[in-house]
Amino acid sequence: MQHGKYRFIAGFLALPLIIYAIFVISPFIQAFQISMTDWSGLVGTSKYVGLDNFERLWNSDDFWNALRHNIYMLAAIPVVTLAMGLFFAFMLNVGGRRRKNEVVGGVTGSKLYKLVFFFPQVISITIIAVIWFNIYNPDPQDGMLNSLLGAVGLDSLQNAWLGEKSLALICISAVMVWSNVGFFVVLFSAAMASIPREIYEASLLDGANRIHTFFRITLPLLWDTVQTGWVYMGIIALDAFALVQIMSVNMGGPDGATDVMPLRLYQTAFRDSQFGYASAMGVAMLVVTMTFAVLTMRFARRERIEF
Amino acid sequence: MGSTSAQNNEGLGRRNLIKRSAALGLITVPTMGFLSACATGGGGEADNKGTKKPEGEKSAKNPLGVKKGAPLEAFIFKGGLGDQYAIDAEADYKATYGAAVKHTGTQQVGPKLTPRFAGGNPPDVIDNSGADHLDMNKLSTQGQLQDLGVLLDAASMDDPAKKIRDTIHPSTLEKGMHGDVFDVLYYAFTIYGTWYSQKLFTDKGWAYPKTLDEMVATCAEIKKAGVAPWTYAGKFPYYVHFNLFAQIAKIGGMPAWVEIDNLEPNAWVKNDAVKVVIEHYEELAAKKYFLEGSQGLTHIQSQTAWTKGKAAFIPNGSWVENEAATTTPEGFGMAVGALFDGGAGDKMPTASLRAEPSEPFIVPTKGKNPAGGMELLRIMLSKKHAQNFATKVKSLTCVTGATDGMTLSPGLASASKVFGEAGPNLISLQLQEWYPALTDEKLGGLTGQLLTGDLKASDWIKKTQKYCDDVARDSSVKKFKRTA
Repeated sequence: MQHGKYRFIAGFLALPLIIYAIFVISPFIQAFQISMTDWSGLVGTSKYVGLDNFERLWNSDDFWNALRHNIYMLAAIPVVTLAMGLFFAFMLNVGGRRRKNEVVGGVTGSKLYKLVFFFPQVISITIIAVIWFNIYNPDPQDGMLNSLLGAVGLDSLQNAWLGEKSLALICISAVMVWSNVGFFVVLFSAAMASIPREIYEASLLDGANRIHTFFRITLPLLWDTVQTGWVYMGIIALDAFALVQIMSVNMGGPDGATDVMPLRLYQTAFRDSQFGYASAMGVAMLVVTMTFAVLTMRFARRERIEF
Repeated sequence: MGSTSAQNNEGLGRRNLIKRSAALGLITVPTMGFLSACATGGGGEADNKGTKKPEGEKSAKNPLGVKKGAPLEAFIFKGGLGDQYAIDAEADYKATYGAAVKHTGTQQVGPKLTPRFAGGNPPDVIDNSGADHLDMNKLSTQGQLQDLGVLLDAASMDDPAKKIRDTIHPSTLEKGMHGDVFDVLYYAFTIYGTWYSQKLFTDKGWAYPKTLDEMVATCAEIKKAGVAPWTYAGKFPYYVHFNLFAQIAKIGGMPAWVEIDNLEPNAWVKNDAVKVVIEHYEELAAKKYFLEGSQGLTHIQSQTAWTKGKAAFIPNGSWVENEAATTTPEGFGMAVGALFDGGAGDKMPTASLRAEPSEPFIVPTKGKNPAGGMELLRIMLSKKHAQNFATKVKSLTCVTGATDGMTLSPGLASASKVFGEAGPNLISLQLQEWYPALTDEKLGGLTGQLLTGDLKASDWIKKTQKYCDDVARDSSVKKFKRTA
């Protein structure tokens, strides 16, 4: 039996591996090859140009501008999203007032909140972008946010939102946080459920309050989940394509204030018909994303706690 | 009770391994998906060289030699003008040649067709319009576009004695050329200008201003009446350029604008009309004559604000009547005005107008049925379909005199009136057509700031000149030249 094992396994794996190789690995490698050509994307022929595309990229102000915005988002969005996700999950599972027969529990109505938090996750990102674009509509009567501000007498806070150079990126980042918090509430809730109640019980007997239990018990025991969530959010922040493409003024504006790398890549490929240069951007993005992931994995490592 | 113990991290536990591989999977999936999005198979071109195009017998009724029963594939931009007019023409094609017509209406002509051009199997006829259109200059230089000279020399559907060439507007013939080859048929005519509601102006006793200074004075009156003088599509600032660029050409003259189109050094800086026009926009911004929040509006939202009477003027093209039809109230009296006079030194006369051949139709050489593609265009160029177009989408076609004697909708009637008054003084601009990345992204960003008052007129001119110089130096952007 033993001798036929590998053939047996290989037989089952061959088809999926071939499909994976053709549709995932090969275009992946091809991107490197295309990035060294001047392929326009419109015909089947191209010329080898070596590293010219990368040199152009290095000297491109637009690219650095886009990359900078991605880095801002990378610095802010995962922290805010995960912090909010953790806070809400804690409040829904552990942070409630003490009740009879229960050591720890969520705030009143936590079951409903869990459901509501997950809503944005169910909606397609395109629809989220369109909805929020309309919320940010600068018209004082038609724009939801502006008319709301007007209705409560905060007219002075009314703004052009996405049309305002200093606010546009923040507006889009806020939508990103909004649409992802729900997922992490559910993820962290599930992880918290696996923390033994006895630990909480013991600490509560010792007089710990909610803040103590969060920082001394919940967070350390959730660290692995948080770390995975961090990488995941980081990748989302490095992308941001759909939201920026649909919501931003003048595709990455006003005046380049919301430009991000994937949008630049898309414009270069489909508007400017420079697929070779765009592929070079794709390779650069891969480097950035990988660097981020490796650094996160390396520096977020902590002693693991078994329970 | 669970035991809590810190453990040294020696090697990977099974749980740890699964978690890490899951995390790694998270990284690889998006990055790979992302990269694979840009990878495409080259080649595929050779397969098509040997295939024979279907040919039918040429006759007086069928001058292009369309083969009966050969299927046709049409790809039509479905934007402000919709695509019903093309479907109507396809129905006639279907009836005449008994062939199946595959119709696609889309706003994404470029992204959808780029891979098909690369793969050598494009559709037979394309309306290459909209923000995501294909780069026709690239296609033309690569020999992907059918020479439409045959179509021009074919007999018109209405009068077999007349060639198509003689039934369409001269500027359509001029604009469709790449070098010596006529390979793009601009089916429609777009009238650009300052759009307003005749009813609002009559009710309030305002007159459409003749000069730039009169315009600013009228704005003061409009604002006093509680209406915002202007609005614009801030999400797509190139809408502002429809008027802004043309106004520069009107005051500074076409030869000076041709230098700008040709990206010549100092073309913006040395042209005094640029200063005059940009400073007027600066003044409008400083006096807060733009509807608040316009910088964040889409074209639809700004048009809606305008049809609702929140703003008096809007820079736009003649497709607006069709696009805004659902929000336009009864008796709105949509009207368009010609370019404003700058002063006595204007290089072009009063009533000069920017009128551009639009809706570019192309027939790919590598399509399966190019003769059928051209035949569909010949059907569309008949009086019947030109009038259908005017009725359905309220826009003019390149077919001269097609709408004579028809009752036109208010906006179209106004557009054909100013078109007639302009006579030969038509302005045609190429800058956006040739260098969309420059005009829409770079100059659009500057204009957006100019209109919010965040950028001074002098800086707009300086930076615009710099962006144009950058493009002029950039060897990866193909350059074009025009002489007139």
